[in-house]
Formats: sequence, C-alpha cells, structure tokens
Amino acid sequence: MTATGIPLTAPTEKDVPSVFNRLRDWAVTVDHKQLGVMYIVFALGFLVVGGIEATLIRLQLAVANNHVVSAHAFNVLFTMHGTTMVFLVGMPILAGFANYLVPLQIGARDVAFPRLNSFGFWVTCFGGLLLNASFLTPALVGGAGGPDVGWFAYAPLTEPSYSPGKATDYWVIGLIIVGFGSIAGAVNIATTILSMRAPGMTLGRMPLYTWITLVVQCMILVAVSPLTAALILLLLDRALGAHFFDTQAGGSAVLWQHFFWIFGHPEVYVLMLPGFGFVSEIIPVFSRKVIFGYPVMVAATVAIGFISVSVWAHHMFSVGMSPAANTFFAISTGLVAIPTGIKLFNWLGTMWGGRIQLRTPMLFAIAFLIQFLVAGITGVMLAVVPFNWQLTDTYFVVAHFHFVLVGGLLFTIFAAVYYWYPKATGRMLSERLGKWHFWLFVIGFNLTFIPQHFAGMLGMPRRVYTFLPERGLEIWNLSSSIGVAFQLAGGACFVWNLIRSFRRGAAAGNDPWDAWTLEWATSSPPPVYNFAGLPMVGSRRPLWDLKHPEDPDWHYE
Amino acid sequence: MTAIPVSPATVPWTLPRRGPVAILFFILAESAIFAVFVSAYLYYIGRSLTGPTPREVLHFPVVMTVCLLSSSLTIHTAKRALARGATATFMRYWLATILLGAGFLYGTAREWYELIAVHHLTLRTNLFGSTYYALVGLHASHVIAGMGMLIIVAAFGLMRRVRAEHAERVDVISTYWHFVDVVWIVVVTVVYVVGR
Repeated sequence: MTATGIPLTAPTEKDVPSVFNRLRDWAVTVDHKQLGVMYIVFALGFLVVGGIEATLIRLQLAVANNHVVSAHAFNVLFTMHGTTMVFLVGMPILAGFANYLVPLQIGARDVAFPRLNSFGFWVTCFGGLLLNASFLTPALVGGAGGPDVGWFAYAPLTEPSYSPGKATDYWVIGLIIVGFGSIAGAVNIATTILSMRAPGMTLGRMPLYTWITLVVQCMILVAVSPLTAALILLLLDRALGAHFFDTQAGGSAVLWQHFFWIFGHPEVYVLMLPGFGFVSEIIPVFSRKVIFGYPVMVAATVAIGFISVSVWAHHMFSVGMSPAANTFFAISTGLVAIPTGIKLFNWLGTMWGGRIQLRTPMLFAIAFLIQFLVAGITGVMLAVVPFNWQLTDTYFVVAHFHFVLVGGLLFTIFAAVYYWYPKATGRMLSERLGKWHFWLFVIGFNLTFIPQHFAGMLGMPRRVYTFLPERGLEIWNLSSSIGVAFQLAGGACFVWNLIRSFRRGAAAGNDPWDAWTLEWATSSPPPVYNFAGLPMVGSRRPLWDLKHPEDPDWHYE
Repeated sequence: MTAIPVSPATVPWTLPRRGPVAILFFILAESAIFAVFVSAYLYYIGRSLTGPTPREVLHFPVVMTVCLLSSSLTIHTAKRALARGATATFMRYWLATILLGAGFLYGTAREWYELIAVHHLTLRTNLFGSTYYALVGLHASHVIAGMGMLIIVAAFGLMRRVRAEHAERVDVISTYWHFVDVVWIVVVTVVYVVGR
C-alpha cells in the first residue's frame, strides 16, 4: 500500500484477491499479527454481546418492581454477562495484544510456535461459540436456555438435581475449551519472551509491557489450569454421576469455592496487569520522559504475581472459615496494595515535570489512574473482615470490581487501542471522535458505578432481579441505568472511529507518537517478516538510541 | 528498517532453546491441574458415606510402580545415546520404554477391571470411587498421551529417520515422561499410602 492508500493505477482483476481467498487467508494464517487482530476483533464482538446483556440488566433494575425480563432470564443474563466479559472479552483481547505486540517489542520474526498460536485462537473462538450456544439449548435438547448458576457457578447449584437440562453443560465444556486456548497461548507467549529476544535485549532491557506480559503468562498457567481441573471434576459430576460437589453424597460445596477462587482471584490480576503494561508504555511517551523506577516496576509486578496466588479466600470471608484463615487472607490481601501503590506513584513520578501531551491514549491513561485508585481503596476496605461481613454480596462489591475491570482495565484497553491502532492499520484514529468517546465514557462510567457504592451500603444485595420501592434505592439505581446510555453513546463513537479511520484516517507513518520501543521501528502496518534487519538493542529505549546517537540511553542505565 | 547500531556493550547472544523452555511452562500448568485433583483426593479421604473403602479393595501396585520408574531410566539412556549419534542403542532403550509403559497401563487395566467387576466400585459408588478414578484416570491418560508420542518417535526410528539432530525434540518428550513419572510417585503416596 502506498502512503496515501490510493493505488496509482486501477487494480486489475488479477491483483485483487477474491473474497474467498481473503477469508481463506485469515482462516489458515499463522502470522502473530493477523492472529492478534483476530483475537481483538473476536473480543470486541463479544464486548458488544456482554454490553447488551449488561444493558438489559440495567433496564430491569432502572426502577423498583420492574418487569422487563423474568427472574430466570435475569439470572441467565448476569451469568452470561460475567462469563462473557471475563473469558470472551478480557482474556482474548489481552491475548490479542500480547500476540501482536510481544514479537514486535522484542524484535522477533514471530512467536515461538506459530501453529500453536493459531490453535489457541481457534480453540478460544469455538469455545466461545459453544458457550453461547447454551442459549439455543431449548431448541436443540430441551430445558431452559442459558446457564443461570452465576459466573462463579457455586456448588451444589450446578449439580444435575438443581440445574437440570444441558445449558450448564454447555457452560462447563465451553469454559474447559476456552481454558485450553488460554494455556496454549500462555505457553507460547512466555516461551517467545524467553527464547526469541533480539540480540542485546536482556531481561533488564525489555519494555515494561513485555515484562508484565511474561509475569501474566506464568500466572495464567498456575491460575487457569486449576479452573480447568475443577471444571473437569464438575463435568464428571454432571455427565458421569460422580460426587465431588454433591452435598447429598458427602461432597463439599466449600471445596468448589476454594477451587474456583484459586483461579478467580489471580484471574483479576491476569486481567489487570496487562492494563498496567499498557499505561507503562503510554504514560512515558506522552509525558516525554523515561518511566520512573523501571526496576521497581518490574519487582512490583513480580510481587503482585506471587501475592495474588495467596489471597483467594478473601472472596469467602462469610463462608465461616477459622479466624486464623480470615486473618491470613485479610493480611495477604492488604499486602497487594503495597506493590500496586508503588506502581501508581511511579506513573505519577513519570508524569511529574514532563511535557504532558493530552492525546486520547493519555486521557484514558489519566482517567485510569484516578478510577483505579478508587477501586484499590474500596478493595482494601473489603479486605477488612468485619467490613466485608457487612457488605459482601451487596452492590458495593459490584461497584468495586467494576471500578477495577471497567474504570481500570477497560480504560487502559481503550488507551492501548488508540495508541497502537496506527501501528496495526497505518491510519490514525480521529482525535475528535476519540475525545467524544473519552468524555462520554468517563461520565457514563462514573454515573453508572459511583451510585452502586451507595446502593450497596444501603443494603441492596447483588444478583436480585428487582427491588422494593421506598427503601432509598431508586435514585441510585436510576442514575446507574442512565449512565449506561452515556457509555453506549461513547461506545458507538469508538466503533464508528475504528471503522471510519480504517479507510479515511490520516496516514500514520512508522512512528506517529515519537516513541522508543521497537514496534515503532518498522513500517505501519509491519511487513509479514516484521524487521528487515535484526535489531540490536543497547538500552531500554532502542529507538531513542537510533534517533539520538549523540546521547544514547546506555550512558545512563 | 535500517538496522539499529550495535551498542558498545555487545555481548555474545545466546537464548534458551524454545522446546525445552515451552515444555517446562507446560509442566507448570499440568502441575496446577494435578494439584487440584490431588487436593480433592486428600480432602475426601474417609468422607465416603458408603463402602467399599480403600483399605478393603486397594493393594500397593508394586509391579506398576517398578515399570514406570524404571522407564525413566531407559528413556534417559535412550536420549543420551541419540545425542551422541548411537541410533541403534537409542532404539533399543526407546522400545524398552514403550514396553515398560505398556506394562504400567496393563496393570492399571487389571486393577480397574477387578475394582469394577469384583468390588463393584465405580465413579458413582461413593466419594472414594469418584476421587480414585478421577486422579488415577487423569494420570493414566497422561501416560497414554506419552505413549502416543513414544510410539510416533519409534515409528520414525524404525524407518531410520531419527538421528542425532533430533535429540532436542526427543529431550522434550523425555522431560514430559519424567514429569508423568514424578506425578505417579505423588499419586502412589496419596492413594495407596496416605489414603489407605
């Protein structure tokens, strides 16, 4: 493609591949960039599905005693909303970014195992489709449509006697398959980072995003695998009549909770840490300064990785564990705030005294800093056991983790899309639409989720499909639902921006942000082979060294 | 792109090979899966509401254990032989590994046949049945997967297509096989020593 995107001569029929050939090209590709884009597009598609589910939930809860959907449909909606957002949006979109960015950032030709990479994507894709096929079970095999056991699928509700029909089996098998995809992807990316780095890129010179991704892949391996194992046990119960979580035969409901949260809590960091990686790339570039405290950032990441596998039972304070266990998990949960706090201060330290450029990626990164701070504070509050006993299973908890995953993670993902879209497409996203997207989303997000803290403190429980009037809950729920309209409008600006800029955006050039990591050293979009020459790396900012041979970074590191 | 200039501190550049690294990451994930199955087994020891109990029906699997543990030695010898190009020695020890693996699986089959046909213990009978077949079955399925890989390499070997340059790939398979072996030591301890 030429720089303007307009071919000089009209293409002949021979030059333009047929639609079939182009589709075939996408289906059989083993290129990490194409697979990365496929992961991201797949996840954005399911973001729309999960968003529609959330919108229906908020419509139902807009006013007291509402009847937009039935109680059963509401249970299905919150089950599938949670499952979709975690497994079919969060995990694949981050896998997509890792696929796209890691080989480019470390100066490699591709991932370590390109065919395994393709396997991982297609397994995730079909697992996601199977999961959503559970909506069709009434038509296919009878029974109620869609699983209604919650995304945490607490036993014994998942046993055949409580969840007859096949919808829950689709959920279980779909998640096992998606889990295989995640594990395959994690093995691949982690191996790529250890074995494929360009000459000179020692571990201490890797970009922070790559460092964080390495830690995250290790966490996926130790966190997603237990879920796969627990789901296999559950499947043995449901399909073959075993008794693992069958309380009638001596099975334990609490054991399932342990197994689920041994996955579930590290999973929060598996989702959140790549967001830290995105802002660790974006904030320095738009502050025109080197990241503050690189070695400490790496250490904090590794610390979060280790601590995160010992905090799971803070989801279970109300189960009735021993005081010793409650104390242990309260303290370990509080400990996570230390490395996370270090990171926040390092990002602030990076911005301090910098020449800050308020482009769209930076706007989203700054909003992330503030909103994630709120999420962290409510997290520490919930780690305090007596406080947790009061507010567990209320909307306060819902508000807390949506501040983490929307106000934190989703904002960093938007920042990352605005930042790397020019690299992947060769076109800039519109700043005007980007600012509309940003402001609508900031307003909508806060209007939706700040009130939920108060509804929760007033005692509104989670997962109820309606509530009574005159308990002081109406105003909070109504403003929460109005916020959704703003978020939808912002989301529409985003989608329109993605589509419109793909054809009409300004040409990006190799390095539109004057950045410093290797992905900006090649063309936009990068050629199939990524780099014509093997890049040599002498510091953490190889592109800075190339642009400023008189003052390279290795004089200072 | 023009190549980025060489830094003043150019170091000789070697990275770990991707096959051996990847199998270690894979084993990390597998260990987590086994950890869940083992914890479920330990948690449910003595909690079955009905019989039969492990003490009534389980016998320590001496022959099976000997088969599997010695197969680690044979596969290690085979791998070393291939690395120095002694393909005939490699094939002898490789086939011995397959025979020992087959002996192990035969032992499992005999044990399961006896439990099902004589003692009427199935996955549905009680918690002991559920946890026993799940854990031992998970391990046996890993042995079967390993046997598949061993047999594919053996087929190429019989066609004289396995040479010294394939030592790294064979090494990856042998690492996996050692892992399955180590897991068996855990399973034996949990099921036949602690669990009885």
